[in-house]
Amino acid sequence: MSDVKNILLAGVGGQGILLASEVLSEVMMMDGKDVKKNEIHGMSQRGGSVTSHVRYGEKVYSSIIPEGEVDILFSFELLETCRYLPLLRENGQVIVNNLKIAPPSVALGKQAYPENLTEEISKQFPATTVVNGLDLALEAGNPKTVNTVLLGALSIMLDVDYELWIKALNKMVPARLLDINLKAFELGRNAN
Amino acid sequence: MQKVILSGNEAIARGAYEAGVLVASAYPGTPSTEILENTTQYKEIDASWAPNEKVALEVGIGSCFGGARSLVTMKHVGVNVAADPLFTLSYTGVRGGLVLVVADDPELHSSQNEQDSRNYAKFSKVPMFEPADSQEALEFTKLGFDASEQFDTPIFLRSTTRISHSKSIVTLGDRKQDLPAPSLERNAAKLVMLPGNARKRHYDVEQRLLDMEDWACNQSFNRIEKGTGKVGVITAGVSYQYVKEVMPDADVLKIGLVYPLPKQMIRDFAANYETLYVVEELDPFIEEQVKAMGINVIGKEKISICGELTPGRLQQGLFDKAAPTEDNSPELPPRPPNMCPGCPHRGVFMELNRAKAYVTGDIGCYTLGFLPPLSAMDTCVCMGASIGNATGISKVLSEEDQRKVVAVIGDSTFLHTGINGLMDMVYNQSASTVIILDNRITAMTGRQENPTSGYMLNDLETYRIDMEQLCKVVGVKHVKILDPYDIKLTRKTIREEMARTETSVIITTRPCMLVPRDNMDKRMPLYVEHDKCTGCKACLRLGCPAITWDEENKKSNIDKIICVGCKVCQQTCGFDAFLECE
Repeated sequence: MSDVKNILLAGVGGQGILLASEVLSEVMMMDGKDVKKNEIHGMSQRGGSVTSHVRYGEKVYSSIIPEGEVDILFSFELLETCRYLPLLRENGQVIVNNLKIAPPSVALGKQAYPENLTEEISKQFPATTVVNGLDLALEAGNPKTVNTVLLGALSIMLDVDYELWIKALNKMVPARLLDINLKAFELGRNAN
Repeated sequence: MQKVILSGNEAIARGAYEAGVLVASAYPGTPSTEILENTTQYKEIDASWAPNEKVALEVGIGSCFGGARSLVTMKHVGVNVAADPLFTLSYTGVRGGLVLVVADDPELHSSQNEQDSRNYAKFSKVPMFEPADSQEALEFTKLGFDASEQFDTPIFLRSTTRISHSKSIVTLGDRKQDLPAPSLERNAAKLVMLPGNARKRHYDVEQRLLDMEDWACNQSFNRIEKGTGKVGVITAGVSYQYVKEVMPDADVLKIGLVYPLPKQMIRDFAANYETLYVVEELDPFIEEQVKAMGINVIGKEKISICGELTPGRLQQGLFDKAAPTEDNSPELPPRPPNMCPGCPHRGVFMELNRAKAYVTGDIGCYTLGFLPPLSAMDTCVCMGASIGNATGISKVLSEEDQRKVVAVIGDSTFLHTGINGLMDMVYNQSASTVIILDNRITAMTGRQENPTSGYMLNDLETYRIDMEQLCKVVGVKHVKILDPYDIKLTRKTIREEMARTETSVIITTRPCMLVPRDNMDKRMPLYVEHDKCTGCKACLRLGCPAITWDEENKKSNIDKIICVGCKVCQQTCGFDAFLECE
């Protein structure tokens, strides 16, 4: 049985998903793991659905997570969470940002944004954590730190030293935004 | 040795640096773009964007003839454009090593077709390496330059989206130092490809492939990994990773040089198994060659030619074990990409839609003008095709229908291969209309400089092509310049020029919203005054991501966080409901 752990990040282009997956990968590399990550650039950046696959363990082959083997769905938006639920393994975990972003058909009034998604997700996967990312990011002082808030929430679920997260943030976040991101990370860590 | 996480593209750039490359040239194209962008961190490399892939390769050939190791990169369809110099470069061979990186896009994540570039290796008789992760991307790039000089041949390095855009851990090395200095050296028999010379070179090309095939049988980039010995698998590139994931017990022949194949090695390996698979994405490139050797293998009868592989799809193909997929049910509204808030293209497409134009489209962000509610694109074939397509379709239409035809093309695509179409349009007296959406950047691939941006890849300022003068000098008598944020003017101009019975060009001049140096003055976002909004939905025709429909109140709303204050929506509203925030 492979020891590889699979985290699928999901959300909408522009939410800072790629930076979050960069930080996560860096942390796992510093922890001495083999790491692979994978995402699609290009078209999807223009406000489309975005995913990033992060895998780590003793030895990782495929950078795409085998379908049905996602351990943690780490999601930045409710609708996008539902889209990728079938890829989770049984008893998988979900961390979801409590946010709705209207896709074009909803924005145009042609389709309704589905109701009661948090309940739906929790029903299917009892190990679901809902994070009010935007509230906490505003508390940290910048709405664009939602991704760091969510990383904080993720960090308590993973068996990695706290110092490595701080080291990775120090390395990868621009200096002028570092303090605010460190605060956001702490708020996310203590969110639940 | 330093270890870092690199994408395949970053690793190729690093490999080029370590190989001692002096010159790199490319035209941007997903998923290859970041290779050249990453070479700019190495000051020893002269890296530049060319206007198209043919020029990029010709620049690389020139510097290679001067004795410098040269890197050229492009996406799969770019090789179609560069094919002309490529096929003869195969005959001349090289002086300094030349590696041509081609990045394929199985699954068409960001492309107009799914062609398998390995066929170009066979067709042009240019050997091809294919890495399976970032470490190999770096190593095979270096190996490519050594092999290029050893065998006097250009070398292909084939990547795919999942190699270029995946990150994995890489060990870095040092830059090669002992390479001969570039200089002028004449060698007509090798470099002047007239029939008399080329005829002789063809024999060298054929011999070279035979030599490389023998050589490849004894190189570590082609290797056998022992499993339990029950089944054998021949594979290469990213498919290798999926084989290791899905068939951990299989014996694997992993091929690093996919052309020419190490035939003796394959024969020896195949002799051990009753059941032998070839696992590869897209075409049965390896499979057909192995079958032609008289070896029975299982391949495309189980694994689709269409789309990319994944662990689940491989498992499904080989063992009929269904893999889950993402939820595509209609209750979950899809989320396709969209033009950005404030994108200068949006109003143009809304007006083309209203004018009921038949739009021959092209490749760029503006291809998204196809999607509802803009729904104003009727064809999209390849880079630069819009203009020729407009000329052609106009030839066979009634005069009334001819007036509906409008070609739409971006600045970078126009300079890539659209300009030739415009020459033809004027020369052969077509009455069509061309709209050049000049946002002064190659936007779709992530905002790369081009000859209309006024900057080079290294950020230094340079001459900026005057698009209006360029069109005039080609012979277009009617060239209109407009600001696409002015909807009334955009509408009037489009309708006037569509009605005209001579070739005409409209150039829209707003820079891309995402380019910091060209960003418009800080503007306030707008909001919708609900007392004035009648719920007519006229603003929704723009499809702006910042505007959403409030079903409960039957009014439009604006998301102030993403609105950039372009005020195009304000001009669609007949009730003055769109107001600027204080």
